Parts: sequence; structure tokens; C-alpha cells
Amino acid sequence: MRTRPTTRALQYLAVLCYLVFLAFPLLWLISSSLKSPQEFASITPSFLPKHPDLSNFSDALEEQGLVRSMLNSLQISVATTVLVLVVSLPVAYALARFRSRLRPVTNGWILVSQVFPVILIVIPLFLILRPLHLTNTIPGVVIVYMVWSLPFALWMLQGYVAAVPRELEEAASVDGASRVRTIVSIVMPLLRPGLIATAMFTFISAWNEFFFALVLLQDPQLKTLPLVLARFVGAEGQVQFGPLAAASVLATVPSLVFFAFLQRRLTSGLLSGAVKG
Amino acid sequence: MSTATLTAAPEQAGGSKRPGRPKQNREAIFLFLPALLPVLLLSVYPLLRGIALGFTDARAGLNVDTNFIGFDNFAKLLHNELFWDSFRIGLIWTLSVTILQFVAALGLALLLNTNLKFRGVARTLALIPWAMPPVVVAIMWRLLLHPTNGPVNEILQSLHLTDHPINFLGDFSTALPAVIVVGVWVGMPMTTVTLLAGLQGIDRSLYEAAAVDGAGAWHQFWYITLPQLRTVIIAITSLDMIWNFNSFGLVYVLTAGGPGGKTMLPMLFAYNEAFRYGNFGMAAAMGDVMVVIIIVFLAFYLRSRLRSEA
Repeated sequence: MRTRPTTRALQYLAVLCYLVFLAFPLLWLISSSLKSPQEFASITPSFLPKHPDLSNFSDALEEQGLVRSMLNSLQISVATTVLVLVVSLPVAYALARFRSRLRPVTNGWILVSQVFPVILIVIPLFLILRPLHLTNTIPGVVIVYMVWSLPFALWMLQGYVAAVPRELEEAASVDGASRVRTIVSIVMPLLRPGLIATAMFTFISAWNEFFFALVLLQDPQLKTLPLVLARFVGAEGQVQFGPLAAASVLATVPSLVFFAFLQRRLTSGLLSGAVKG
Repeated sequence: MSTATLTAAPEQAGGSKRPGRPKQNREAIFLFLPALLPVLLLSVYPLLRGIALGFTDARAGLNVDTNFIGFDNFAKLLHNELFWDSFRIGLIWTLSVTILQFVAALGLALLLNTNLKFRGVARTLALIPWAMPPVVVAIMWRLLLHPTNGPVNEILQSLHLTDHPINFLGDFSTALPAVIVVGVWVGMPMTTVTLLAGLQGIDRSLYEAAAVDGAGAWHQFWYITLPQLRTVIIAITSLDMIWNFNSFGLVYVLTAGGPGGKTMLPMLFAYNEAFRYGNFGMAAAMGDVMVVIIIVFLAFYLRSRLRSEA
């Protein structure tokens, strides 16, 4: 199809508008994180910092609790990710490969868990975890995150499992490999892109999560990064924009880095040559 | 995120014809086991108990008696004007964000589906909002919309669109629209990617045939693109609606429901009821009403959409 030059120009203009809308806020945040307090005091803010430096970042890192909360978030996100992978792989395999009665039940649960507002779940969770002494603990948050990341992880992984050609498994079982052996040495290696993608999504959602953490973690020592950032804002009036912006940038970096990897994964083919080769 | 969800949904029904189903079933159950206990304990049970809590007078605290009180909470809610206000705000928020998100995302997806240069870069950039923590998004937009330091006010003033700085998030009339814009910003990437995946799945030959018949771009869009995208559109708008109705963190940090309750989404209202005032039963009752509303809403939406297919 040929496109007229004017249409083409309008299309580029439209894309540009979209990109400004979508990317400008983040650029402004980054620029703010490099500005000095004097610049924030000026009435006409400029897009680029006049004397960019990293002092906001060092100020933010000296801020009480920020580094601690980063470590908490990291610990929680890594533990959640590992647990989710371990638990979801067998289930995803069963969902994609067996026509068992558990399949419609699981898919129903995945749907229901998306529809229900978390407020309904968080109160009973709180009541269940308290007698187990798991409120206000990192393991408590981790198992909650694990369960609530599962629907999406399963949904994603079963698609990847389904894409692994059944013939490969059948060939392995003809050669005498057991089911477990087949999963470990045939399916898992082929699933690596899917597992990596699932791991990253799980990590990002645990790293970004706010609501469950807000309810389940009261101890200042245990607060996660989003909680600490939200508290900075709460104390408005004395809020220091520079360090706040710097801390926000730091909180975004892990998600963006993982996301950059994912982006490539999602575009490259999943099974390049596994069957043909 | 939902590219994988919506396009790679599994549909192969393997192994049913082979003998030995009982064995397969047993094997399947074995594979399910590690997930079963945590899911039952921390997802299924809390859901059921959460629904049931709405019919009790449960309160926060360690040694509080909880009694079954039937529909008392719901009767009280009926007369609670603040609650209804919050629902009205929730509906405005949900519908505006979902519709604007969809329109904006469809536009972007159509653009990214053409053979423009740099569309790979554009697609990556367009996804950035999705990866950011909601709390950071809220902080960022507070900086952007700040009455004295924010660039938005600066730009509006230099274009002479306003002569005094607007306190977007603090003003009664602008708070909800401002929050809606942020909501659209956050949710657009996901919707765009999903729609783009749908667009790329449309058979090229349909367009070629239409072009031979002399259909213009608008006709092609209206009679090929939209009908072909139907399932994807229904799926993603339903999900968006649910997510938006249930959203919490973003607005909690942006405005905390203020000013004067103008952005008090139902989730925020119920959160305050539960964890500020300790009325667990009442908050759960609100949650129940939210579930019913979502289900009724979805039922109507899906029915009307699916009927028009016939």
C-alpha cells in the first residue's frame, strides 16, 4: 500500500505526540533528580538541569531507611520469583499437557482472582497470617506475593509449554526417558525463554507491589521501597524534591532493566529452530 | 504483559484419546500439589472468608467478638452518602480511564502497525509506563503537576492558556480529571501492546481484497480492522475495566482520595474503613458490593458485545 506524503507526515507527528506524552514524564523525573535545590526554588523550571550533579542520589541514599527498604524489596522480590517458578512450572506443564478436571478449575480461579478487589482478600489474609505470626514478617509477604503472582505466571507459562512440540517429548519417551527426566532435560531447556520472562514479570510485580505491603508490613525496619517512597510524599511541606526524584529513579531502575531484556525476548521467536534443527 | 496472555492462550487438548486417563489424572494432581496448599490457604479461603466477612460485625483488634449480622452492613451502606459518592467517583474513573485508554491505545497501535521508521524504538518507549512502580508514577506526576515547580503549569502559562498556576491535584474541579489522565498514562502501554498483537494477527489478504474492491482507509478500518479485532478489544477492555475499578496505589499516593473526597475511589474508601477505622466487616461488605457491581457490569458488557456478533 502506498501512503501519501502528507498522511505520512501526519503519522510521524502523531507518533511524536504519543511519545512526548509517554516519555516526557520519566525524562522530567530524571532531570529533576539531577537538579540542585536552588533550581527547584526558581519559579521557571527548565527542562535540563543547569548544573547536573549526583548529590541528590547520595542524599537519598543517606536518607534513613531507604537503603534498608531497597534490600527488603530485593529480598522479597527474589524470594517470590524463585518460589513462583518452582511452584508454577509443574502446574503450567500439567495445564498445558493433560486434560484433567483441574484445568477448568484452575482457569476459573485465575479469572476469579483477577475480578475480586484486593480489599476483600487482604482482611482475611491479615486474619489468617496473624495467628501464624506471619504478619509483619518478610516470609509472610513473600508467600502472599507468591500466591497472587501465580495466576499470571501460570497463564504465561502454560502458553510457553504448549509451544514446546509434543513430538520432542514423545521421542524422549520412546527412547525410554521417564516423565520427570523428559521434563527436566527436554522441556525445561526449551522453556528457558518462557521461564526467564515469567521470572522477570514476577520480579517486577513484586518489586512494584504496594497494597499488600502497606497492610501487612508495619515495622519500619521491614518496609519495602514503595512504602518508604510513599511515606516521603505523605510528609509534604518539607518534602525535598531532588532526593525524592533521585530515590524514585533508583526504584525504577531494576524494573526498567528487566523490562529492556523482556522486550527483546518477546520479539525474538521462542523456538527458533528447535524442531527444524 | 498481556501479549503472552491473550495471544498465546493454550488450546490444545492433548492426550484425551490415549488410554490411561486415570493415570494421567493422578500425574496431573501430583504436579498440582506444590501449588495447591498455598493457593487454597491464601487465595481461595480468603476469598470466601472475605465475602462472608461482609455479613459480620468483625472489627480490628485481637480479642474482639465477631457476630453474624445478616444484611445489616448492606442496610447501613444504603444510607451512607459518602459511600455512594465514592461509587459514583469510582464509576466515572473506571469508565473514563478505560475508554480514553482504549481510544488512545488503538490510535497508537494503528500507527505502530504501519511501516513507519523507528517504530521499534517507539514501541519500546511506549511500554515504559508499564514497568514503573505505581508509587513512582504517582510521585512523578505530582512533580509534573506541581503548582509552582511543575512543567505542566509552566507550559500552560507560557502558552497563555492560564494566567495563574493551577493546583491540579489539590483543586476540587481538576483533581479527578488530573488523576484520570495519570490513569490513562499508566494503562495505555498494556492496551497498546495487546491491540498491536491483535492487529498483527489480521490476515493481510483481507485488506488487499478490500483495496481491489475500492475500499478506502476508513472503510477498511471500519469493516475489516474493527470486526477482526473484536475478541481482543472485548478481552482487553474488560480487563482494563476490572483493573481500573480495583486500582489503589496510584491514587492513594497521588491524592489519598482528596481534596475533600473528590478522588475517593471505592478501594480507597474501603481501605480507610478497614485499616483506619478498623471496621473489617463494613469494609468487606463494601468489597462485596464492588464484586457484584463488577460482575453485573461485565455481564452486561459481554452480553451486549457478544450479541451484536450474531
